[in-house]
Amino acid sequence: MDEKYLVDIQHERLSFFTPAGEVKALSDVSIHLKEGEVLGIVGESGSGKSVTAYSLMGLTAYPGRIIGGTLQFNDHQVETMTEKEMRKIRGNEVSIIFQDPMTSLNPVYTVGNQIVEVIRLHTGKTKAEAKARAKELLELVGINEPEKRLKQYPHELSGGMRQRVMIAIALACEPKLLIADEPTTALDVTIQAQILELMMELKEKLGMAIIMITHDLGVVASICDNIAVMYAGKIVEYGTTDQIFYEPKHMYTKGLIRSIPHIDAKEHERLIPIEGSPVDLLNPPPGCPFAPRCEACMQICLREMPPVTQFEGNHITQCWLNQKEEFEKGEYNE
Amino acid sequence: MAANYDAEPILKVEHMKQYFKMSSKFTVKAVDDVSFEIYPGETYGLVGESGSGKTTIGRGIIRLYDPTDGKITFNGIDISGKLTKEARTELRTKMQMIFQDPMASLNPRKKIGDIIGEGLDIHHNYASKEERKQHIDNILAKVGLAKEHYDRYPYQFSGGQRQRVGIARALIMNPDLIIADECISELDVSIQAQEVNLMKDIQAETGSAYLFIAHDLSMVKYISDRIGVLHLGRMLETGTTDEIFTNPIHPYTRSLLSAIPSPNPRTEKSRTAVAYDYATSGIDYDKGTLTHISGTHYVHGTEEEIAKWQAENN
Repeated sequence: MDEKYLVDIQHERLSFFTPAGEVKALSDVSIHLKEGEVLGIVGESGSGKSVTAYSLMGLTAYPGRIIGGTLQFNDHQVETMTEKEMRKIRGNEVSIIFQDPMTSLNPVYTVGNQIVEVIRLHTGKTKAEAKARAKELLELVGINEPEKRLKQYPHELSGGMRQRVMIAIALACEPKLLIADEPTTALDVTIQAQILELMMELKEKLGMAIIMITHDLGVVASICDNIAVMYAGKIVEYGTTDQIFYEPKHMYTKGLIRSIPHIDAKEHERLIPIEGSPVDLLNPPPGCPFAPRCEACMQICLREMPPVTQFEGNHITQCWLNQKEEFEKGEYNE
Repeated sequence: MAANYDAEPILKVEHMKQYFKMSSKFTVKAVDDVSFEIYPGETYGLVGESGSGKTTIGRGIIRLYDPTDGKITFNGIDISGKLTKEARTELRTKMQMIFQDPMASLNPRKKIGDIIGEGLDIHHNYASKEERKQHIDNILAKVGLAKEHYDRYPYQFSGGQRQRVGIARALIMNPDLIIADECISELDVSIQAQEVNLMKDIQAETGSAYLFIAHDLSMVKYISDRIGVLHLGRMLETGTTDEIFTNPIHPYTRSLLSAIPSPNPRTEKSRTAVAYDYATSGIDYDKGTLTHISGTHYVHGTEEEIAKWQAENN
């Protein structure tokens, strides 16, 4: 498997050094994606999904630090790059859209101003050229009357419209990778459907790869090629969308899928929640981080982190339950 | 306890209007002529996009706003207009609210026990300090918190636990109706199921009714007996969960239902979201009325419109 990856993160470890101690936000995270691929990262808050994506952009906030592993993006070694070098690729080769478009747009500049800024920073275009490009971009993201919108301020636009502007800014330099951090969580379902459709359309048109960070399993089901399920700073399961939804191997993935109501369910069946609460990363348990909440928890789970089990294709998981053969061979005697 | 439809409705909202006057020329009609009722032990779900007026209705009912027009009857007492002393007491004890953001709705300087017991303190519902403590401990246990949590402060709790405190605070008055305004939308998926199950268990035990306001349709479907669909301050369609989900008639409802992404990649590939735009749809909400279809199913529109929509659906 010597394919060339656009993003190749290997064994990344990242910690936040807080006064209370070291918070291990990421421990041994490896993800990769090809050009034009849509990868979904799901997990609950604090599982490290945003931290992973942000670290790829060099956006690790103080007191966080990458303490191990390699992050390669489009022939750049991200972990060794300086802030100055990083700035050149941010917004150019990789861009990001955030959850709340109101707080990520500058309220005192017009929409046009903010799009032109990105274009002029990264390309040698003149003001007039950049303006023309900005207009093109607004058309591309389906905003009507782009000429008029360029002169408007963020507060004059609706939520869906603002998110479209954010997408326009993100796409200004035709990035190879778009990171979408919960891009539709703050939007209504109908608007969410429009934005997702737009993102898919643009992906086809521009051929960029997308990392979709979300906790909404419905969203990942509709647009992602592959899914990484994160829990407590680890990728507990990775596979194609079909594999994750129809053949989940990790107990957390199974629990997650069971705990959401299915819109096409016939009866009012009871939801099966994942009991307990998320793990405290300041004092993570020695074994599998999910073990305290896991209904199939075994002795070994509390002691040792399970190794990676590989299934068909790239489907991998880290769970002792999938080490059946080794158990039977007697490699793990209790 | 299941919903009791033979009894008198516990809450009756008739032609409720809530206007906000922004200037001498401009008035926002946040809620326009909305009627519905809630029966004892029932869960009524209100859905709609942001700005559709769902939160305003909830707040208007519990009198955080003064409704512009219409009549609201709660437990047989008129709670619209100027409140009499009895009406106020009834409203403030028997109707409770759970807010969306548990951190913003809990006083950071008060202990959890005192936050939960505040209602008791105000209405002097206990004979001794021991009784008060006992009562609060019972409620804490009921929502899955421990006695030891009594002396802690809100910041020491996780999001799910804080929301439980919100639920406990509502429950302590033993209310007949709880208004839950987006009370789970800020929680993680794995925690949402815990909270929803808890709310269902409590309903089964106490028989209180819920007005469940949310924009997550799959959760609304899961928890509600009946649903009301709101758009631009109007009630466009109401009926049992089955009626709405198996036979949606209004184009807005259909658009809303078609937009829900389902956690099922195979069906997702064939799903197409139906667009609905009020400005170009040619529908005038002012002309239509709430028309009876069947059972408890009502749709807002003129006769021709409804006939046309029904023909389109078949």
